[in-house]
Amino acid sequence: MKADYPLLVIGAGPAGMAAAQTAAEYGVEVAVIDQQAQPGGQIYRNVDSSLLNDPSILGKDYTFGKPLVQAFRRAGLDYHAATSVWYLDKNRRLGILKQGENYQLSARKIVIATGAQERPMPVPGWQLPGVMTAGAGQILLKSAALVPRDGVVLAGNGPLMLLVAWQYLQAGVRLRALLDTTPRGTLFKALRHLPKALGASDYLWRGLRLMASIRHAGVPAYKAVSDLRAIGDGCLQAVSFNAAGKSQRIETELLLLHQGIFPALHITQAAGCDIRWNEAQQCWRPALDAWGESSRAGIFVAGDGAGIVGARAASLDGQLAGLQLAHQLGRITAVERDRLAQPIRKAADRHRSIRPFLDACYPVADALLAPPDDTLVCRCEEIDAADVRAVVRLGCVGPNQAKAFLRCGMGPCQGRFCGSTVEQIFAHERGVSVSDVGRFSVRPPLQPITLGQLAGIQDLTED
Amino acid sequence: MFKQLSDNKAEMLTIELDAESVTVPAGISVAAAMLYLDAAATRQTPVSGSPRAAFCMMGVCFECLMEIDGSPNRRACQVVVTAGMRVRRQLGARDNGQAS
Repeated sequence: MKADYPLLVIGAGPAGMAAAQTAAEYGVEVAVIDQQAQPGGQIYRNVDSSLLNDPSILGKDYTFGKPLVQAFRRAGLDYHAATSVWYLDKNRRLGILKQGENYQLSARKIVIATGAQERPMPVPGWQLPGVMTAGAGQILLKSAALVPRDGVVLAGNGPLMLLVAWQYLQAGVRLRALLDTTPRGTLFKALRHLPKALGASDYLWRGLRLMASIRHAGVPAYKAVSDLRAIGDGCLQAVSFNAAGKSQRIETELLLLHQGIFPALHITQAAGCDIRWNEAQQCWRPALDAWGESSRAGIFVAGDGAGIVGARAASLDGQLAGLQLAHQLGRITAVERDRLAQPIRKAADRHRSIRPFLDACYPVADALLAPPDDTLVCRCEEIDAADVRAVVRLGCVGPNQAKAFLRCGMGPCQGRFCGSTVEQIFAHERGVSVSDVGRFSVRPPLQPITLGQLAGIQDLTED
Repeated sequence: MFKQLSDNKAEMLTIELDAESVTVPAGISVAAAMLYLDAAATRQTPVSGSPRAAFCMMGVCFECLMEIDGSPNRRACQVVVTAGMRVRRQLGARDNGQAS
């Protein structure tokens, strides 16, 4: 680890790998740090180091990443695995934890490529052991070759939920039920985005094939599911829900929830980059220029962390950021940059053209954005929706003041799993947009750090 | 709650869970091992003492906090099992006296 890098990339998923390799190709000295033990991000997790005998059961979109990860390893970059950022400020000074040691360093340019997290799907009982996210189920398959022992219920909506269902069928897992929470009439509303989506019709065909094989497997499927509840004493025993006007109950020891993903913004916000509310994707995104540079000069955001675009577009966006960085650092001219960027931009636009249709196909039901009173909102501090509504009625103006009232968002996860719900409850109760409500502010440490580590900081910048 | 896919190639190793010897696949995270062992709950919350288990498996939710080799508040999903590792469920708030 050095005191100062011309370019530091945070995250080794599709966008981070591409940004680093592109900049390095044009002679930029680049370091990459990544929280995971292996490169590839969540999407290509363990793709070249799988415990599975046959990783192809996960599908072609997964194995597509294998040559990307191998090329990244071969590029011989200054790559630090299992390393996390606990501090970043607007002057691009960083605090980094690696193997229990705490380092302070700085970088002239930074690419934040920290990807996405799953959108919390708060339902009553979602804190019970036996309830996890669909992404968690997929990570167990990718990284540990583990599958549900005794069947599983999948609930929610979105491409990832369908993909996990398909992958589980490939792996011989019993799907007890697929509970689709997409509100009625959604597809009709989404159709106006279909013409644009036809520009990336390969996505549509893949999706249709996926849905057809799930239907063909005879999985019990329920549409327009509402009033979902996880039931159990100490651990999950059953789920109950409403479908087609009837109450249903299914016994299960495992429920996987999913309702889309949104950008992971903690590091981006810590750096002071401006963020904007996006109504179509129902999430906050950083404000960026055409190359991915944020409102803080020298700090770029690429990939799903900039707005959900998918792995292929993320990789191309990473390349674009890499080209602009190579230009800013004096390695290529603006003319060269633009010539190289043109085909990349065209390809990225094609991959991106599917998004408006997908976003419209998988909206989140209002009752899942702002859940019923007896639902735990802040899992860490055990604050339920009724508590949050009560402080809104008391006149509490927004999420940051709610911290002082309730401590919601102040537990170990630092609001990562309640922030979006708290914002939505405020917006619903006050009858305003989430953009008027605002978002939890973010302060370091962004990762847990002991006082010993803090005191033992190794200030590389003073060498 | 989770099992190995029958055709996978993981070797096994022994770790200590709450002072009891248990055998788990090598190369997986401590959180994955807990699910493999049907021992899903990794902790009880400091607020109400309710049991919690790994939820997101990618270091975001902090539900899988455990004491690993003497250091408390570790995210079990971010730590790979090693032979002889000492893992304890975290009951309530982390124990300051145990910090290493």
